[in-house]
Amino acid sequence: MSNCYFSVERAGIYTTFQDSGYDFLQHFGVTTGGVVDNNLFITANKLLGNDDNEPVIEFAYQGPRLRLEAGNVQIAVTGNVHFIISKKSENFRETIGECFQTYQLKEGDIIDILATKSSIYGYLSISGGFKLNKYNNSGSTLVRSEIGSNDGRKIQENQLIEFNKESLNEKLKQVSFPSTDKSNVIRVIEGPQENFFSSETINQFYNSPFTISKSADRMGIRLDGNQITSKQSPNIPSEGIVKGSVQVPGDGNPIVLMVDHPTIGGYPKIATVILKDIAKLAQLSFGKEIRFEKISIETAEDLFYENQNDLKEIFKTISNVKKN
Amino acid sequence: MIKNVNQISEQAFLLDFGDEVTREINQNVINTFNFISKKMQKNNPLGLKNCVPSYNKLLIHFNPSKKNKDELTNFLNGIERLQTESSVNIDEVEIPVCYDEEFALDIKDVSKKTKINEDLIINSHLSTQFFVYMIGFMPGLPFMGDLETNLNVPRLMTPRLQVPPGSVGIVDKFCVIYPNQSPGGWNIIGRTPIKLFDKNKIKATLLNPGSKVKICKISKKEFLEIQKINE
Repeated sequence: MSNCYFSVERAGIYTTFQDSGYDFLQHFGVTTGGVVDNNLFITANKLLGNDDNEPVIEFAYQGPRLRLEAGNVQIAVTGNVHFIISKKSENFRETIGECFQTYQLKEGDIIDILATKSSIYGYLSISGGFKLNKYNNSGSTLVRSEIGSNDGRKIQENQLIEFNKESLNEKLKQVSFPSTDKSNVIRVIEGPQENFFSSETINQFYNSPFTISKSADRMGIRLDGNQITSKQSPNIPSEGIVKGSVQVPGDGNPIVLMVDHPTIGGYPKIATVILKDIAKLAQLSFGKEIRFEKISIETAEDLFYENQNDLKEIFKTISNVKKN
Repeated sequence: MIKNVNQISEQAFLLDFGDEVTREINQNVINTFNFISKKMQKNNPLGLKNCVPSYNKLLIHFNPSKKNKDELTNFLNGIERLQTESSVNIDEVEIPVCYDEEFALDIKDVSKKTKINEDLIINSHLSTQFFVYMIGFMPGLPFMGDLETNLNVPRLMTPRLQVPPGSVGIVDKFCVIYPNQSPGGWNIIGRTPIKLFDKNKIKATLLNPGSKVKICKISKKEFLEIQKINE
């Protein structure tokens, strides 16, 4: 046991270690996994001066309640998250935490991540990173395959979470992160099997709204409210899958495949959600309505590069927190 | 032969080798896969992230950047000229399977549906020289073909919620082995005691895309012995 660790007083609903995921294992059936919301992930690390790909804790809906049992460390929470920090030195008086800024925790302090607000996923990073047994150079957890950090499991109540190093620094940082785009439009490019669908069906796909169903997780998001039928067989010879693929199984309810998608699949894919809009879609909660808009692959690429530049601009706003 | 090189996302190309599912087409996919894999292992100049062979397609994930995309496009368009005959050694693996009633959950139904008796189904399975078309769906799961007798048996009407690990399933002329417990719709005719995926090993999967596989029949006593050794 190292001398820096948290204890988990409440695990939360789906709390895992994640980074950018696994490369070059899909031909063995091991999917990429990794964080759902890449911008929030990188920002969480940048705030603390970590490497961009340092594994963080990803939580969904309700996050964990952690007590710092030994050591001192700085943390940051990114997303739209309601959380509370209780300091031992202040008799555990609860103060509401701000996202996108760092906090210094000392031995005995508690961080309680109560809920994500109008979103699903949020991130907790710590200075210097967590102490993890990496698998194939990644700290991501694939829960269904039981692979990766934490023995391939979600973070459990009463377990301990070790971290790499102590850090004491009263200089706290903040970053100005833009609020999320409120439109309900999800941009896609043409899918590899668009020709499996009639032009009427394709029109219907782009002109009628879908709603986010209750079956939405790191593997995929099932959409309701607008059944799509293929004119040909509802199956294709199984082939490799990319994140964001909108596959249409026989029942006509499309599924947008997310980070933990199976490596191959046999349903026709009508569209692919662009990388820039994947996190936006994944952050929408049950019952939210969306509409798909088709763009060209060149536009999708431009939006991807634009996002990379936007992130650079965001990181330029990292500054010291002014003490009141 | 590569029929088309399609960019299907900001980070992926799909190489199309045709629509049919034949061993010949799949061999072309796997040769190209092996060729690209070698390139990835050597300092990876094209920024590749994954290369996923399937029956008649090869999916290539890359780190999106203008430089990577231009270089990768040129590379993929010229790939057939660059490719020499597959110099990869094809591994041949023998997998023990027990066909005892306890493990062969669907063999009676398969026999009823196909009107082929159980022994003949087993013999056809044993005499087939299998070829791994691809690995996927879950870690280490091989899709193998072609059964010497195409039994033309469809998937189960209602997939099982839990197929026991090691279960051997058939559909049409194909055979899969479930490395771990999983939901599944294939007709289960036996079970192997050996592990097809072990995350603690440096090479986690027993098989590769393109591996040759022979099945050998074992008794339940042998099954239990091998299982004990593997634990």
